[in-house]
Amino acid sequence: MLNKYPLWKSLMVVFLLFFGALYALPNLYGEDPAVQISGKRGLEVTASTLDTVKSELDNGNIRYQSAALENGQILVRFDNYENQQNARDTLMKGLSDEYSVALNLTPATPDWLDSIGAVPMKLGLDLSGGVHFLMEVDMKTAMDRAKVNMTDTFRAKLREEKIRYKRVAEAGNGVEVILRNVEDLEQAERVLKRVDPGYLFVDNEDKLSLKVTMSEQKIRETRENAISQNITIIRNRVNELGVAEPLVQRQGQKHIVVELPGVQDTAKAKEILGATATLSFHMVDQDGDVNSAVNGRVPPGSFVVYDQDNRPVLLKKRSILQGEHIVGANSGRDQQSQQPAVYVDLDAAGGDKMSRGTKGNVGKPMATVFIESVASGNNPDGSLKFKKEMEVISVATIQSRLGRSFQITGERSPASAHNLALLLRAGALIAPIAIVEERTVGPSLGAENVQLGLQAIMWGFAMVLAFMMFYYRKFGVVANLALAANLILIVGIMSLIPGATLTLPGMAGIVLTVGMAVDANVLIFERIREELREGKSVQQSIHQGYDAAFSTIFDANITTLIAAIILFAVGTGPIKGFAVTLSIGIITSMFTSIIGTRAVVNAVWGGKKVDKLSI
Amino acid sequence: MQLLKLKNTVPFMSFRKSAMIFSLVMVLASIVSLSVNKLNLGLDFTGGTLIEVGFDQPANLGEVRKVMEQGGYDDAVVQLFGSANDVLIRLGQRDNVKAEMLGNEILKLLKDGTGQDIEMRRIEFVGANVGEELTEQGGLAMLTALICILIYVAFRFEWRFALGSVTALAHDVILTLGLFSVLQIEFDLTVLAAILAVIGYSLNDTIVVSDRIRENFRKIRKGEPEEIINISLTQTLSRTMITSLTTFLVLLALFFIGGPLIHGFATALLFGIFVGTYSSIYVASTVALGLGISKEDLIPEVIEKEGADQEELMP
Repeated sequence: MLNKYPLWKSLMVVFLLFFGALYALPNLYGEDPAVQISGKRGLEVTASTLDTVKSELDNGNIRYQSAALENGQILVRFDNYENQQNARDTLMKGLSDEYSVALNLTPATPDWLDSIGAVPMKLGLDLSGGVHFLMEVDMKTAMDRAKVNMTDTFRAKLREEKIRYKRVAEAGNGVEVILRNVEDLEQAERVLKRVDPGYLFVDNEDKLSLKVTMSEQKIRETRENAISQNITIIRNRVNELGVAEPLVQRQGQKHIVVELPGVQDTAKAKEILGATATLSFHMVDQDGDVNSAVNGRVPPGSFVVYDQDNRPVLLKKRSILQGEHIVGANSGRDQQSQQPAVYVDLDAAGGDKMSRGTKGNVGKPMATVFIESVASGNNPDGSLKFKKEMEVISVATIQSRLGRSFQITGERSPASAHNLALLLRAGALIAPIAIVEERTVGPSLGAENVQLGLQAIMWGFAMVLAFMMFYYRKFGVVANLALAANLILIVGIMSLIPGATLTLPGMAGIVLTVGMAVDANVLIFERIREELREGKSVQQSIHQGYDAAFSTIFDANITTLIAAIILFAVGTGPIKGFAVTLSIGIITSMFTSIIGTRAVVNAVWGGKKVDKLSI
Repeated sequence: MQLLKLKNTVPFMSFRKSAMIFSLVMVLASIVSLSVNKLNLGLDFTGGTLIEVGFDQPANLGEVRKVMEQGGYDDAVVQLFGSANDVLIRLGQRDNVKAEMLGNEILKLLKDGTGQDIEMRRIEFVGANVGEELTEQGGLAMLTALICILIYVAFRFEWRFALGSVTALAHDVILTLGLFSVLQIEFDLTVLAAILAVIGYSLNDTIVVSDRIRENFRKIRKGEPEEIINISLTQTLSRTMITSLTTFLVLLALFFIGGPLIHGFATALLFGIFVGTYSSIYVASTVALGLGISKEDLIPEVIEKEGADQEELMP
């Protein structure tokens, strides 16, 4: 029979719409003020931290909705903003500095929706307010430092193997080694080839020179390292800021995107992101008395630094080595004791210093001190005050004279060893970074943008609805149903895709979709009218109308989709948001306006004797 | 109800010479304006710093300018944005250190200088290289879009239609760019997005028309190409009008309600849809006709061969 959908097809439409509506639903619930507690420097938040948080809140008589440990963070929800503020102040005092306490807004999605993974759409920074930074890694410096490192390594290696050389120097995009005779040249090439398989060698026997360059892969590796190292450092820094849901992400060859929702004080954010952490190694002062030093009688040439458990350690002021000499650090286990250990690699100059510094100190304890600049309130003139914070992260006995590679033991867990390795690498930042783009949106402008966007969508929607109903009467109502279903599906899919973010241009994309989505129905309805005018029967006309319009609609939409996908590929931030809503809108509108309306039309008019269509 | 009641075929193509001249003049004018006036490129492309601040009461622009001058920012462009309380300040590229801190410094300067409580609404800073990269990427995006679409249409239709529709697209893009150049409206990333959306929309229109032309070439046995194109355009005219109207309606909502940040975007689309509708009727069809589109080009090959065989058999 003409114009009858099989039951499964109608059910599929209903089912998909139900699904879309279900996942769009969380957007209707508001947000709860919340406080988010996480550990700094990779410190784990545990169930006992949760107990502390609860008891602190109870002691302070602060009412909270719920407090739970999720994904390594504690989230406490409140009924109002006053409680949220009070709770943050109380917790910042009550918890140690190792925890960061951030204000947050958490979706008030009911549990049953949460359990099926339904969450509200993610809002872009132009709607939620916050800072977006684009940071560029200075790759030239990264490569220069790699060359310096190459030079150092070669010199040390040649000396170690007792090969006499005339000169080792950077030349062009690599390093040139000049030797004294052909035998040395051959030997040097053999020895240096073992240093790193990523080096390429070209020898010139006439000039007695050996030209060494990095292979494509080695260059790529160096660049990759520079980026991932910077990302790690920035993540650590961002944690210090106490931002809820920050985003630190690589973009392209040399850029890093940092998004900090809700951050207003961009000056502070910039300074903190720019500040550096470093390390230094000091001998422990065993002659002096720690207790009297704590009471103010510090022996000259020594100073007191506290360790992670807040125990004082008396150290010699003169450092053996500073963190800039570290070229690599990895965590693992000591082969004999199976204790967690951190393996450290130094550059050649650092190796020399270390070797000299530890020569006469075998059997004595050496401390690794972590130094970082931390914002600690404001100066009288309003600028940010930085405190040099030092912490002893390990004290280990020197087993033998140390060289370019050594290991530090004394870490309590593999996790903390891993963390130390990470921090050590941070001290050896190989490539500086700079902020090359900033977009900050104040909270009021963000809220205003949401309002304006919503209003534009509503007005556009209302006008199109009115027009369609007026122009196509009952069929117009069907098209309007499809349009509403389309909106719901867009919201549902946007909520479902983890990476999709709603931005102001994204909202403009929804508005545009609303206007363009009716096109498919206009095409179909005009076609049905034409068929009717040609004197075909009502059922024939409906059938022909949908059939003939389909390929046109398909072709027309595919090309718009091509434009949207290209926009997605090259666009960033808000523009990507526009491309996302536009693409989703095109796909959902094809579904609702072809299959969706057909289901309704078939159910109402299909397979019956109809004399006149309300079209 | 019906917007247009057309009893007879509208002889669209008989106006095609005047339309061609009109289009050529407009395209030339746009190109002249683009090379003389250039585009008023926004921060996204030029690099620099932009600060939007909100005052409690209508802002005194003179005072803000004075404060900026005293602070040593002579090149600052100060203007109202959106409402009388909002002020937008733009600064060009600077060579001195810490360009990324400029926004914060100016905010502080304004707070101290005017003695008023100022709300930070927006700070944007774009480094010079980033701007250059974006300009390159933007141009590349538009070219890629045009080429991909050319390939798709050539694949789905016929090369004459493909060339016609891409000519129409280039026509729309050039005219829209021309409008932005003549009126010196700021051209930022959202406008670029809008132009790509115009490409999508205009193509949508062109394809609907081309589709009908193809269908009619196959269906209507007799008739000159010009006549068939006229019939097709007439048949699709009411759909073209209605879709343009609904799209126009939502864009008007966006233009008037969407706020100042989205103004350029809405302007580009409003204009783009206007020229897009015109170009799908005139430019695309005229080019296809000019390239000599004929019945044989659009009828599937099998039928063509059958016809050829018969002709051979005839005495």
